[in-house]
Amino acid sequence: MTDATSNLPLDRARESESGPIRKFLNATELDTRMLGMVGALLIIWIGLHILSGGLFLTSRNLWNLSVQSSSVAIMATGMVLVIVTRNIDLSVGSVQGFIGMVMGVAQAEFLPRVLGIPLGSPSMWIIALVSGLVVGLLIGALQGFLIAYLAIPAFIVTLGGLLVWRGAAWWVTSGRTVAPLDPTFQLMGGGPAGSIGATWSWVVAIIACLAVVFMLVNGRRQRKRFKFPQRPIWAETFLGVVYCGVILGAVSIANAYPWPVGIVRRYAEANNLTVPEGGLFIAHGIAVPVLIAIAIGIIMTFISMRTRFGRYVFAIGGNPEAAELAGIKTRWVTMKIFMIMGLLAAVSAAVSSARQNAATNVMGTLDELLVIAAAVIGGTSLAGGSGTIVGAMLGALLMQSLQSGMVLLGLDTPLQNIVVGAVLVIAVWLDTLYRKRF
Amino acid sequence: MEQLRIPLIDMKNISIAFGGIRAVDDASIDLFPGEVVALLGHNGAGKSTLIKILSGAYKRDSGSIYVNGEEASISNPRDAKKYGIETIYQTLALADNVDAAANLFLGREIMTPFGTLDDGAMEAEARKVMGRLNPRFQRFKEPVVKLSGGQRQSVAIARAILFNARILIMDEPTAALGPQETAQVGELVKQLKADGIGIFLISHDIHDVFDLADRVCVMKNGQVVGTARTQDVTKDEVLGMIILGKCPPGAVAGPGAMRVAA
Repeated sequence: MTDATSNLPLDRARESESGPIRKFLNATELDTRMLGMVGALLIIWIGLHILSGGLFLTSRNLWNLSVQSSSVAIMATGMVLVIVTRNIDLSVGSVQGFIGMVMGVAQAEFLPRVLGIPLGSPSMWIIALVSGLVVGLLIGALQGFLIAYLAIPAFIVTLGGLLVWRGAAWWVTSGRTVAPLDPTFQLMGGGPAGSIGATWSWVVAIIACLAVVFMLVNGRRQRKRFKFPQRPIWAETFLGVVYCGVILGAVSIANAYPWPVGIVRRYAEANNLTVPEGGLFIAHGIAVPVLIAIAIGIIMTFISMRTRFGRYVFAIGGNPEAAELAGIKTRWVTMKIFMIMGLLAAVSAAVSSARQNAATNVMGTLDELLVIAAAVIGGTSLAGGSGTIVGAMLGALLMQSLQSGMVLLGLDTPLQNIVVGAVLVIAVWLDTLYRKRF
Repeated sequence: MEQLRIPLIDMKNISIAFGGIRAVDDASIDLFPGEVVALLGHNGAGKSTLIKILSGAYKRDSGSIYVNGEEASISNPRDAKKYGIETIYQTLALADNVDAAANLFLGREIMTPFGTLDDGAMEAEARKVMGRLNPRFQRFKEPVVKLSGGQRQSVAIARAILFNARILIMDEPTAALGPQETAQVGELVKQLKADGIGIFLISHDIHDVFDLADRVCVMKNGQVVGTARTQDVTKDEVLGMIILGKCPPGAVAGPGAMRVAA
């Protein structure tokens, strides 16, 4: 109880000696690890841009990248909670495939034929999605129950799940692909129709910027309420400008990507518009799956940071025994985590199958590994106790950037796998170094 | 006089076995308000196990627990806390990856009206209680894994006294501490005792606790050797109880006392 004092003057001394970078980091309270990830992402993007001869950093490629990342990013947010509590879920890819089949069969075959609801009726997509969510919740509950209450290791339960649900996905239609899906349901997959257009994208951007400003102001007010040290005004302004700049920049990129000519022509014909000379520019705007992923990212961040459940998840990860002794129902918390994971696999299944406009029994194969890799690259420690939702989503974006970049470069799939595998190992090694130093 | 008062805690004929080993065998112990009872014995004598039954960490096989004279059902740590029983574990039982305030309120978080965590309020409360316990403690933003042994100990103690405990269990409270910090814990024990809180002190080292305790209770091989008021016995006699299981005349013998032939 004595050495608390000795650190205080020491820290101040160190602070005054340190350079402008450290001062900047202290003032803005930015997470250096997160900055490192953003830096790595930028380096990869610029590198791929140069290597591909200017094909990577185009509005078209970045827009596609955002859509392709959504499915894995959605599941990665849940995987963070799973890994934080020292568990693992190897079954998410198979669960995704199985739920995709269930939703596909529900809307393309079961509802039209048995209940007489035609494809394209307004309630169709809701029924299909809800049935998928329910199945996801039940699968998660079952696996969570086995792990939490019967104390079977998560690795084994979900390894079993990997096989069981993939087999079950095949069983639903004996391997037959189900298509086409409901038109409204398809909107969840992106594409020209599944994007919200320029105007709404700007509306979303402005709301997001207002939210950033509100959060910064509210943070200041909270700190004032309890007389905690404040960030300097210039640091707050800097953060606000950067965050809003990123939001507006991302939206302007999404708005710079126009609909393909053929679709514009059909759209013009259907709406009795005349296509002017040089073509009609209709922007995609933000894709619906990206909006879904962002919304889920925000919800999951809120759950992990601001709710009692989130606090317990991290406490269990830090010291399961202490959490139990503190009176936390650790088993129930664990089961809930797997239920959330099941729900997220269902959302991801909706996004993926909607994007393909078909449900296939191989959908999501090997996705569990991408999801785990995204979470781990995003700073989730396999030892448990630490990890962030934003990091995992950035991790998903990073993995997808590498993969699409290599496709642009014309690399063969085996070589792509080698690179992705190596990057995963190197990323975790760098993280280990970082954790030792700080 | 003492017999007429209702004990705060009365554990009767408690037994628990792990596999074939009877870790606690027919042990009885009681505690009165404002009293410090030292629970002594070798490593593996069953002290920690007995006390973990009281704090809800283990479920007893048989026996009963009375709190304020009424039979209590304690089958998990939440139940124990409901009866005002707080425990400072030997391992401290802190979640290393979260900060001091999160640890203090673990399982009993302060919430905002919207049902979200009120971290500001929790940190403010934490600053208050830590200020009383360890005024120089300033590292509220860091995960407790970065704190020193003494600082971690004060977080664990603060957690136990934050919620108005009536019964406090301290399992080897000074094991990780230096002499000065040990003295501080001693002061704290006296202060809590004056507030009418009953305290179980668990130790394998008699010197740590003999001066603080009103009574000692010695365990050996899972059984109670005997209970004695500290004024009635000497340290050497208590050592004899710990090592040999020999019950001196000043003590009340328990089932674990060595049978002396004639």
